[in-house]
Amino acid sequence: MSIDTTPKPSWWNRIAHPGQFVAWTTPLLWPLTILTAILFVVGLWFAFFNSPEDYQMGDTVRIMYVHVPNAWLSQFVYGVMTVSALGTLVWRHPMADVSMKAAAPLGALFTALALFTGALWGRPTWGTFWEWDGRMTSTLVLLFIYLGIVALWRAFDDQLRAARVIAVFTLIGAVNIPIIKFSVDWWSTLHQPASVFRADGPTMPGSILTPLFVMFFAFTFLFITLQLKAMHTEVRRRRVMTLQRKAAQGSAA
Amino acid sequence: MTAFRAMLARELRLALRGGGDVLTLVLFFIITGAIVPFAVGPDRELLARIAPGMVWIAAFLAMLLGLDRLFRPDHEDGSLILLRQAELPLSAVIAAKLITHWLVTALPLIIASPFLAMLLAMDEATFWRMLVSLAVGTPALAAFGAVGAAVTVSIRRGGLIAPILIAPLSIPVLIFGTGSISASQSSAALLFLAALSLMATALAPFVAALAISSGED
Repeated sequence: MSIDTTPKPSWWNRIAHPGQFVAWTTPLLWPLTILTAILFVVGLWFAFFNSPEDYQMGDTVRIMYVHVPNAWLSQFVYGVMTVSALGTLVWRHPMADVSMKAAAPLGALFTALALFTGALWGRPTWGTFWEWDGRMTSTLVLLFIYLGIVALWRAFDDQLRAARVIAVFTLIGAVNIPIIKFSVDWWSTLHQPASVFRADGPTMPGSILTPLFVMFFAFTFLFITLQLKAMHTEVRRRRVMTLQRKAAQGSAA
Repeated sequence: MTAFRAMLARELRLALRGGGDVLTLVLFFIITGAIVPFAVGPDRELLARIAPGMVWIAAFLAMLLGLDRLFRPDHEDGSLILLRQAELPLSAVIAAKLITHWLVTALPLIIASPFLAMLLAMDEATFWRMLVSLAVGTPALAAFGAVGAAVTVSIRRGGLIAPILIAPLSIPVLIFGTGSISASQSSAALLFLAALSLMATALAPFVAALAISSGED
């Protein structure tokens, strides 16, 4: 009789196997989808029917409930990609590059939506769709970086080699994130300064803050759900490609 | 040091014997500047006002055009693999390539820029500031370009993707570059431009080396 001395693998190692990752996270998908849907229903109800009009902006203030969460996600998704890039380069975790690839189009979408809703909001309140102000410009640069990364993923044939090269580029692009964050303090132009996450607390009344936070969580959970689903799709796509390669080699031999 | 010097000599010889590349880039630079008056009209006052920006855009585009020869020929004929195994670290090889790249693309552009200044009706004070700003800022453009070229070297049609990756990174260089030409804010912008150039040229060889060695093995 021998005692099994093999250490039990940590959850970190257990999700390192793509098949295991899909098996472990599939049960999470439905609860996440339902939670996201509930958050959207509650958040949109608050946003449309149970929040006050702004004394200056009137009804257009409601665009904020879509605009701010998208703007937050445009930066958060890049943060996820930066951590995944470190995971690829430093720990060589096999799921890190899957996460990095899945996040890029989602980040591009949230950034585009943030810019689009911002333009729609800017027209009635500032009188212009677009202004070359610090935060808008740096967010546009972020969109270009996202689109460049998506294009880069599509240009490589070998996905594993692509992952490490793109990880290097993702880390360079991360320089832009603090610039976006502090742009409203460095260049005080048209965009308003931070009013939710401040050292001295938010500068908004609770009746506006509640729907904003609910929408904020709704969009964040939407991202988490889509990210998981996209990672599953990517794992399966790679499996199909491996099988095709094997089949091609089999028929050639 | 001798290995580095030999590398530098090899790069320079290759660049100068490679045919009319240098002349083509200079011609591209001047033509880009020369079509501006046709596009916006030959109004001298308007031209003088937009000249700093147009010079920087022409320089940026011309330097993008020269990027593909930075690593691709060595990647295609296999010498990049040999260079990676050489005693000289890859980052030093890239530093030598970067210096050569600046000497055979940016320097000829700076030398040709008086011609562009004339076409764009630039006054003399602005002209001198333009020379300084190009000399200080082009190393940063070359450094960002080297990173973009390194990221895309193993892609067969990477020449098309590199500009898309580099353009967002180069925006600060263009902002401070044109800023340092305009009379009102020139000295502060010039300091920022110098800082960007120093930082970018110091880091680019290491980042590019990391990108190349990740993409090749």
